[in-house]
Amino acid sequence: MIEVSDVSVTLGGSLILDRVSLALPKVGVTALVGPNGAGKSSLLSLIARLRPLQTGHITVGGLPVDTTPTRQLAKVMAILRQDPGVASRLRVAELVGFGRFPHSGGRLTAEDRAIVAKTLEQFGLADLAARFIDTLSGGQRQRALVAMTFCQGTDYILLDEPLNNLDMFHQRELMRTLRTMADAHGKTVLVVLHDINHAAAYADRVVAMKNGRIAVSGETREIIRPDILETVFGFPMRVETMAGRLTVLHHA
Amino acid sequence: MTVAAARCPDFMLQATGLALLLALTTASLFVGVGALSMRTLFSDPEALRLVVVSRLPRTCAALLAGSALAIAGLVMQTLARNRFVEPSTAGTAQSAALGILAVTLLWPEAPLGWKALGAAATALAGTAVFLALVHRLPPTQPFLVPLFGLVYGGVVGAAATFAAWRLDLLQYLEIWTTGEFSGVLRGRYELLWVAGALVALAWWTADRLTILSMGRDVSIGLGLNYAAVLRLGLVIVSAITALTVVVVGTIPFVGLVAPNLISRLAGENLRGTLPWVAGTGAALVLACDIAGRLIRFPYEIPVGTVLGVVGAVLFLGLLFSRRGDG
Amino acid sequence: MIAGLDRPERRLALMAVVVVLVCAAFMTIGLRGDLALALELRAVRLAAMVAVGVAVAVSTVVFQTVCANRIVTPSIMGLDALFIFCQTALVFSLSGLGFAGIDPRLHFLGNFVAMTGLALALFLPMLSRRFDLTLLLLTGVVLGVLFRSLSALLARLIDPNDFAVLQGAVFASFNAVEPELLLPAGLITLAGVAIAWRSRHVLDVIALGADTAVGLGVAWRAAAAGLLVLVAALVSASTALVGPMAFLGLLVVSLAERIVGTGRHAMLLPAAALVAVIVLVGGQTLLRHVLGGEGTLGIVVEFVGGLVFLAMLFARGRR
Repeated sequence: MIEVSDVSVTLGGSLILDRVSLALPKVGVTALVGPNGAGKSSLLSLIARLRPLQTGHITVGGLPVDTTPTRQLAKVMAILRQDPGVASRLRVAELVGFGRFPHSGGRLTAEDRAIVAKTLEQFGLADLAARFIDTLSGGQRQRALVAMTFCQGTDYILLDEPLNNLDMFHQRELMRTLRTMADAHGKTVLVVLHDINHAAAYADRVVAMKNGRIAVSGETREIIRPDILETVFGFPMRVETMAGRLTVLHHA
Repeated sequence: MTVAAARCPDFMLQATGLALLLALTTASLFVGVGALSMRTLFSDPEALRLVVVSRLPRTCAALLAGSALAIAGLVMQTLARNRFVEPSTAGTAQSAALGILAVTLLWPEAPLGWKALGAAATALAGTAVFLALVHRLPPTQPFLVPLFGLVYGGVVGAAATFAAWRLDLLQYLEIWTTGEFSGVLRGRYELLWVAGALVALAWWTADRLTILSMGRDVSIGLGLNYAAVLRLGLVIVSAITALTVVVVGTIPFVGLVAPNLISRLAGENLRGTLPWVAGTGAALVLACDIAGRLIRFPYEIPVGTVLGVVGAVLFLGLLFSRRGDG
Repeated sequence: MIAGLDRPERRLALMAVVVVLVCAAFMTIGLRGDLALALELRAVRLAAMVAVGVAVAVSTVVFQTVCANRIVTPSIMGLDALFIFCQTALVFSLSGLGFAGIDPRLHFLGNFVAMTGLALALFLPMLSRRFDLTLLLLTGVVLGVLFRSLSALLARLIDPNDFAVLQGAVFASFNAVEPELLLPAGLITLAGVAIAWRSRHVLDVIALGADTAVGLGVAWRAAAAGLLVLVAALVSASTALVGPMAFLGLLVVSLAERIVGTGRHAMLLPAAALVAVIVLVGGQTLLRHVLGGEGTLGIVVEFVGGLVFLAMLFARGRR
């Protein structure tokens, strides 16, 4: 499980995170939502040890993120940031292959290569394996990056707004993939989302943040309610159930 | 071999490249002032001496310097995450010159090794400053980085020129700012083998460098010791630059042109492409050195000057053939 | 702040006073020996500095306005390197004696025509399509490196005796100005300044950017082309007179803008010109009498100006 206790972060004089505490159980998809500036990305960066902790503790799978060697953490947790801006001219197979780095240190074993091949299949990238990533479309490149993250073979997968720049079809594909990761492979997925409906449709738990604090946290159906959403986002919205799915009408 | 390294330029290209390098090496042995030909090589002891004492070391120096500078450029590009930087257009070479000035001022009779050490230290500082500043520039404007580097290099160079002028060392500065191989003799260039060793080091850590080039967050996410690899890359770039500046002077543009050419053909997975970048750099420098020996035979034109022209033209070509692929 | 200095006109007036003081200081401090001769020499140098300062300031302001960006400078486009290359090529083809024997006026004219021609060849294609400003700058800088390298290459092919003739052409020197050139350079500068002043209102609109200017009814392409000819002429004149000064304009205009606190050309043009004169004349006086670094004004200006350019690039990047 992911345990965050009493974490605060101050940056340039302003309080970004204010005594945040959170306990996420193993296995399942958790959506991290909230208005801009709520601190979602900051929290994710801290959990993924991309930024140093100032106060408080965070453990992932029992390992404290500030003291555990980074290589060891990389075998337990994988992170995909909002815009990794990978500008290197690599082929898709090479990029996905680097996901095995924490395990093999760069020299791929036969087992690694098998895992890479299987991942490419799973993400529909087998045909694109030899193409350079700078010749791919935005959606294909995003898929390749997610594939690399998945190829890391970790129990915990963190994603920061992975749906940006994707069209509707690919957004849906990605969310379904995350769901499969949790259901079929037993992963724990923590994903920052802007669209509340994706959270409603695919997440088991929702954590809503506001002003650097956790506003509410719980199972999806407990959180996706008009009163709670209004408190978090600041305007009234209706929640309906359509075709068996919770749907938030926030557009008008 | 890794999955990654399976992709290299295809076989015909590889064979052609190797053949070209071999041809250039042979040509270099026979071009120059002094009677030498295949026949006389084995019959005339003077001819043999010429080759052993002058031509062979000169050719080795050119190959070593060319490959090392190409790799320094490649590593610098992974550190700065920008395709258009290299040690002479980012202030590294100019910082190295400052270091040599300082050593010459404090200890005029210092052996070459100490000068190299001093130059490496200042080159390290200069490059570290450049990288710290450059990482703050927005990645969506790739041309901003080389522009920044060129001006930064110009400012450092102006400082070095001014210091040299005040210290009456301007002529010495001239020697290190234009690379040339005419002074290379056996016993005077061996430091460059250290640069060659650094190239081997770079190849050994190629995978880590490729991950580094994918950005800080991806690197840490994959469990790379980001700061350590960054420092290692910095040391490689600074040391190679310092060694070449001390032994033969500044040779511009190699570190820019060679990696970009190979990147177009084979991508940027360093474990596979690194040897090719090194080879291209070596061939480029050797070709320009041979040209420098021939343009105004029997006088020599420094390779730094020839590359200043050839490299600038190739750089412009690279700039304008990008076709806006960001 | 001293009361009454909050208005730009007041600040301009103050700067004008400073200019007079600085010029007086330059002319009078440390006079020795034959007064008439010394005064004449100093007058020539003063005139050169004023002409160059005004030309560089005005051309930089106009160039920045046309590019709608304050971190460019016309000299960075490789014009100064072209100048060096032209000189080298001349020595190469004419030999040292031939070079020294060229009529200064003809020499000036030739340089002027060559540089204006190249500047136009560079700038005008940029107007025809949406251009990437940073790419333009980078191209200019690389062209500068190319020309310098070509010069170095040619220099190797030149007889060493002739090479000595070239030595002075690396940094701007106000000490070796030919008096006969002051008249043509001065006239070109005067004409350029008059045209720029007359266009000050159009310049204000152009500063808003090409799209906005066209929307407000300005014939942008024609105006920009004409203005760039003006810039090329002014830069060529000043370079032909004293040599290359790449970063002086940038330094001067950024200072001027801070001092008058407005981008209006009616204020900015005179302010930049005044600051340029103060920097050059005052700087030269300081260097000669206080810091003992006569002859290094060019290097110092380049260094400081280069730092300013870096800072501005950096600040722009952060934004």
